[in-house]
Amino acid sequence: MNDYSAGQYTGPGPRGGDGRQVPLVREDRGNLSFSVSREVFVSREIFEREQRAVFDRCWIYVGHASEVRNPGDYRTRAVAGRPVIFCRDRDGQVRCMINACRHRGAIVCREREGNARGFYCMYHGWTYGTDGMLRGVPDEQSYPPSFDKSRMGLAQVPRLESYRDFYFLNFDRDAVDLEMYLAGAKAYIDLVVDQSPSGRMEIISGIQEYDIKANWKLLVENSVDDYHLVATHATWLNYMRNSGVNMTPPKGSGLLLPTRGLGKDLGNGHLTTDNPNYRGRPVARWISVYGEEAKADIEAIRAELVARLGEARAARVADTNRNLAIFPNLVINDGSSVTVRNFTAVAPDLMHVSAWALGPVEETEAQRARRLHAFLTFYGPGGFATPDDVAALESAQQGYASWREVPWNDLSRGMAKNEHTNTDEEHLRVFWRRWSELMEAQA
Amino acid sequence: MNKPLDEAATVARAEIEDFLFHEADLLDNWKLDEWLALLADDAAYYVPPNDRPDADHRSTLFTIADDIVRLRERVIRLKDPNCHAEYPPSRTRRLITNVRVIGTDGDTIAAAANFAVYRYRRGEPVREFVGHYRYKLRRVGGVLKIAERRAILDAHELGAMGSVSFIL
Repeated sequence: MNDYSAGQYTGPGPRGGDGRQVPLVREDRGNLSFSVSREVFVSREIFEREQRAVFDRCWIYVGHASEVRNPGDYRTRAVAGRPVIFCRDRDGQVRCMINACRHRGAIVCREREGNARGFYCMYHGWTYGTDGMLRGVPDEQSYPPSFDKSRMGLAQVPRLESYRDFYFLNFDRDAVDLEMYLAGAKAYIDLVVDQSPSGRMEIISGIQEYDIKANWKLLVENSVDDYHLVATHATWLNYMRNSGVNMTPPKGSGLLLPTRGLGKDLGNGHLTTDNPNYRGRPVARWISVYGEEAKADIEAIRAELVARLGEARAARVADTNRNLAIFPNLVINDGSSVTVRNFTAVAPDLMHVSAWALGPVEETEAQRARRLHAFLTFYGPGGFATPDDVAALESAQQGYASWREVPWNDLSRGMAKNEHTNTDEEHLRVFWRRWSELMEAQA
Repeated sequence: MNKPLDEAATVARAEIEDFLFHEADLLDNWKLDEWLALLADDAAYYVPPNDRPDADHRSTLFTIADDIVRLRERVIRLKDPNCHAEYPPSRTRRLITNVRVIGTDGDTIAAAANFAVYRYRRGEPVREFVGHYRYKLRRVGGVLKIAERRAILDAHELGAMGSVSFIL
């Protein structure tokens, strides 16, 4: 083992100097240390194991009810690496089916989205209903009597359940119910949905799909780690300042950001930041970026919240932000707008990201336009912040080429404190503990 | 807009072409202040989402939808070494072709062009951005200014292009 002098040597990794296997996530509550092996970001073997241990056992986000509003509406997408059709069948039931013909496996629906009477396989012409049932087989009489059409429909995913219009699938038939799985995350989804007077949010048209050449777990960390804001997003903070928003932490507060936020454990590996807002919210906190003309409108939105939810709950909805990470790969950024961000691990060093904007169905045209404008100040591949997150994650991934020499990431920030703030790392440790638990169970 | 082509053709295509080539040169050389000077005071810059290339930015989530205020802020950001996605700045090369004058309406000229933009960063594979531009150009005191530029990508998703962190 090399001696990286002057304190650089970080000790043996999981495949340590003596060849002994040690855990990939190492926590010592006595010495207040917590570290994660950098091998988890680069190893093909760990990547494959995590597909089984994590993505085949957890509830994975599929889509939102508003995306399949009418019978026959469908969206095709990859969920946990599988091609699926997310649709509402002609009888109104929301379904998620494997988008592969039962005959030879060809993709039966090759369009991104639409409204269909059924699905047609272009290879040999088998046709399926929107409920997945096999309807038509050309020259059916050539099949033997054992061929049972009723058993040859598109495969339904083993479990499909929803909470407040967010649909998740599970490939593990024996998994706990979605609501039990979501645990403390439900209350935070409720805070998002409470922005709508009717309790109905919708995915706004326009998807952002981009790759990050980094391990997917880095995006979980990045989505909830407020410690990075000041360095990574210096230009965004500058833009906010230029727009008249006060970005300075109160004197003597010891804070990095204008308000004291918290990092919270929501159970089952879910976590969130919970921050008093300083950066404006379309529902419903005005800042100068929105312009004077928006002031009265945002006050009216606020008044509706108060009338419907009461002063305290309205303040909770309107004056706090949350970056909510639902284990393993769904993030809802409820900040200066609402982002639903889902990511698929494609390789140890590559993920596909899909991101949408979410808004109340009742929004007026002006309110919707304001929300989308606010979204783009920070989020997305053309925003003032997300591209720098991508750069940071890709940079870290490049650094992990040296995982043998520098085997550990330190995640001990805030371990000696009683209160876990948003710029500490306790909420990141929540993710890693759950990830480690599932991986150890699979090993 | 959409006047017959013979009338539109009275605007010299060559002039528009020269203008777009000049703009491409400024952007490839990161002369961003000079580029800003090409914009009208109410200019807008749009990159629609790949799945809704014809949508309206007021009702659809775009990749970029900047009014002039945010455009100026974008240039401030791009010149800042803390713009990590573009520091060190990408090397870009823009190939602008198929320039057409679509029509005129008063002092506004609608023009279109195809583009291939190659973006290079050290140690990374080339990223290729292919699509077409829709411009609204306006004569202000005899000088052509950009009132609106819309960069519409052909790819079905950004995918390996990653971020649109430079001016496309």
